[in-house]
Amino acid sequence: MPATPALTAAEARDLRAFAGTMIPASDRYAAPGADDEAIFSEIERSLGRDREDIGLALGRLSLLAGGAFADLPADRRLTVANELRAEGGAPLTALTRVILLCYYRDDRVMRSLGQEPRSPFPLGHVVEQGDWSLLDPVKKRAPFYRR
Amino acid sequence: MNEKVDVLIIGSGASGAAAAWSLADSKMRILCLEQGDWVKPTDYPSNGRDWEARLFSDFAINPNRRARETDYPINDANSPIKVVNFNGVGGSTIMYTAHYPRLKPSDFKVRSLDGVADDWPVDYDTLEPFFAENDRMMGVSGLAGDPGYPFHQPPMPPLPLGKSGQRIGKAMNKLGWHWWPSDSTVATVDYEGRGRCINLGHCTPGCAQGAKASTDITYWPAAIRAGVELRTRCRVREITLDEHGMASGAIYYDAKGEEKFQPAELVIVACNGVGTPRLMLASQSGRFPNGIANSTDLVGRNLMFHPYAYTYGYVDEEMDGNHGPTLCLWSQEFYETDAARDFVRGYTFQINRGMGSIVEAISSTAAGRLPFGADHHAVYRRLLNHRLSLSAICEDLPEAHNRVTLDPVLKDPSGIPAPRIDYTLSDNSRKMMAHGIARATEALKAAGATDISTEAPIMNGGWHLLGTARMGTDPERSVVNGWGRCHDVKNLFIVDGSIWVTSGGVNPTSTIQALSLWIADNIKRRAADGTLFD
Ligand SMILES: Cc1cc2nc3c(=O)[nH]c(=O)nc-3n(C[C@H](O)[C@H](O)[C@H](O)COP(=O)(O)OP(=O)(O)OC[C@H]3O[C@@H](n4cnc5c(N)ncnc54)[C@H](O)[C@@H]3O)c2cc1C
Repeated sequence: MPATPALTAAEARDLRAFAGTMIPASDRYAAPGADDEAIFSEIERSLGRDREDIGLALGRLSLLAGGAFADLPADRRLTVANELRAEGGAPLTALTRVILLCYYRDDRVMRSLGQEPRSPFPLGHVVEQGDWSLLDPVKKRAPFYRR
Repeated sequence: MNEKVDVLIIGSGASGAAAAWSLADSKMRILCLEQGDWVKPTDYPSNGRDWEARLFSDFAINPNRRARETDYPINDANSPIKVVNFNGVGGSTIMYTAHYPRLKPSDFKVRSLDGVADDWPVDYDTLEPFFAENDRMMGVSGLAGDPGYPFHQPPMPPLPLGKSGQRIGKAMNKLGWHWWPSDSTVATVDYEGRGRCINLGHCTPGCAQGAKASTDITYWPAAIRAGVELRTRCRVREITLDEHGMASGAIYYDAKGEEKFQPAELVIVACNGVGTPRLMLASQSGRFPNGIANSTDLVGRNLMFHPYAYTYGYVDEEMDGNHGPTLCLWSQEFYETDAARDFVRGYTFQINRGMGSIVEAISSTAAGRLPFGADHHAVYRRLLNHRLSLSAICEDLPEAHNRVTLDPVLKDPSGIPAPRIDYTLSDNSRKMMAHGIARATEALKAAGATDISTEAPIMNGGWHLLGTARMGTDPERSVVNGWGRCHDVKNLFIVDGSIWVTSGGVNPTSTIQALSLWIADNIKRRAADGTLFD
């Protein structure tokens, strides 16, 4: 697969500002924002096959912002980001997806959600058997399939 | 030219693997050509921290998104339901979710019972021993005694109920509706070399533990030990005919992209309900200008998917989230035709556990439920691991205009025309989905869920590919006979979901494999008594 073209400096600035608008840092939950340095580097590395769509979304974002999105004051950024969201479409989906894909696998974010920051394999997880007597009323039912 | 084999199987998925294993004891020389690769357990996403992200790249369920070299593109623009699959050893069982219901006795008699479509030329009782053999080979977990089914005894105990199962089970009891632990091909105890499930919770894109039965770890090792040869990275372009109108073998591109001819006495196609009609339509000759064994113009027609009506809501306590196999329970309450409803036939409810943190965030962002800005965190914490959901697997009836054809422009990496899908939802399916959504909403409300939403049909939900080379006794109205042999070409067999007459309302793989074993059994018996080509 050909290498993904990197973001331009202007695109990278806007993308980072958009990520931080979408998911700002939270003291209450001890969670970084999606514009955190480590998370944002991961986002930049993960554009992959969505690079083109993300470029389109960022282009539209700057049109809605009437210039660089990153230059808007914070309260205005949220309004413009929500305007882009209301328009919908595949480029927006690609843009929000790459942010979420990288944000919700960051160790600090996982911990703030009470989750272990690890792959599912090899430790797996525990699922309780549950109360099998719940099935008793169904077991009493006569067969009801047709022949 | 390669050396001639007795049996050439094209496709190594659910049905091709079962046929290969069954035929292996015949001492015939058997070769399977598969366009994809073996997948190593260490390749599966659940080994790494990017396990959810890979659902959107090399383990995407949609081949157009996944776009591996071993995939073929599909023009799905004219279908509200997109085809999903996997191409490799094990076929789409690498990518399936292991929910494993059988068709029911009534599914084989829809014309006699309900006056629609056609009866099958085979019935449940005939297939019963093959269902049982397949359950043993794949390794099925479940609980005997379901009043919604004829009695059968799965070889392993059922999957745990977990928090989600108990909550929905209580709700179903309140409503007086049927529910039961699903038959599943996830091993709940160590089983014939496979480790038991450790609740990785990411069953669909391959099980790193090997607890999920894909045919690369069930049928194939046994078939290969018994002498079957499996050649990977071999993409078949066409099935060839000899001067007597019999299949003579297949032309394929090997791993180096070189064109090869593989001669065979008998050819079995197992490329699934889209791959099989595509290959047959591409196999054109003077005798069959519209594709091999297609004198009726039925190859590619009557495509059935099972429109899925997915309904979900959120409860006020933590559920299992993505821990544990996704599909754990079913309900057959609305399966059989009920004259009081405004549609014929019915559906299974497939009851799901939750999803991983990223998929929840993506899905809730797309649905507009998860806000941007400071509120994001609080709302997300109310959603994550609080989802309960049910999918109605709606029976899709055969309609000739729903079809697979060859795309005039799009091609795979070997230059073979890609399939094009033209499919519309019928009125009956729409009414059935609406019924399923209404009943699922009742069940979720009884479980205390709020914020109830739906996706119907699930767009990336074309996982069940059926009907495109249907079975029948009448050569004018079907492509293969009652035991999978093409009416037009007497040494050409089809064993995958293409041959289904109707779709039933269950996930199909158990029945696809039972049929494949049954067809293989017919081939062996008839080869022995000299009636195979009568
Ligand atoms: C995401 C997902 C979830 C699913 N969940 C379930 C479930 O829970 N329960 C259930 O019952 N079913 C489920 N299914 C469906 C199940 O996987 C299929 O029913 C089953 O695998 C079909 O078997 P098959 O033999 O017809 O085809 P497949 O298993 O698809 O195998 C076809 C094989 O043929 C090969 N092939 C195709 N064309 C060529 C060619 N020209 N040359 C060489 N090789 C070729 C392909 O590479 C592939 O390996 C799911 C499927 C998906 C994708």
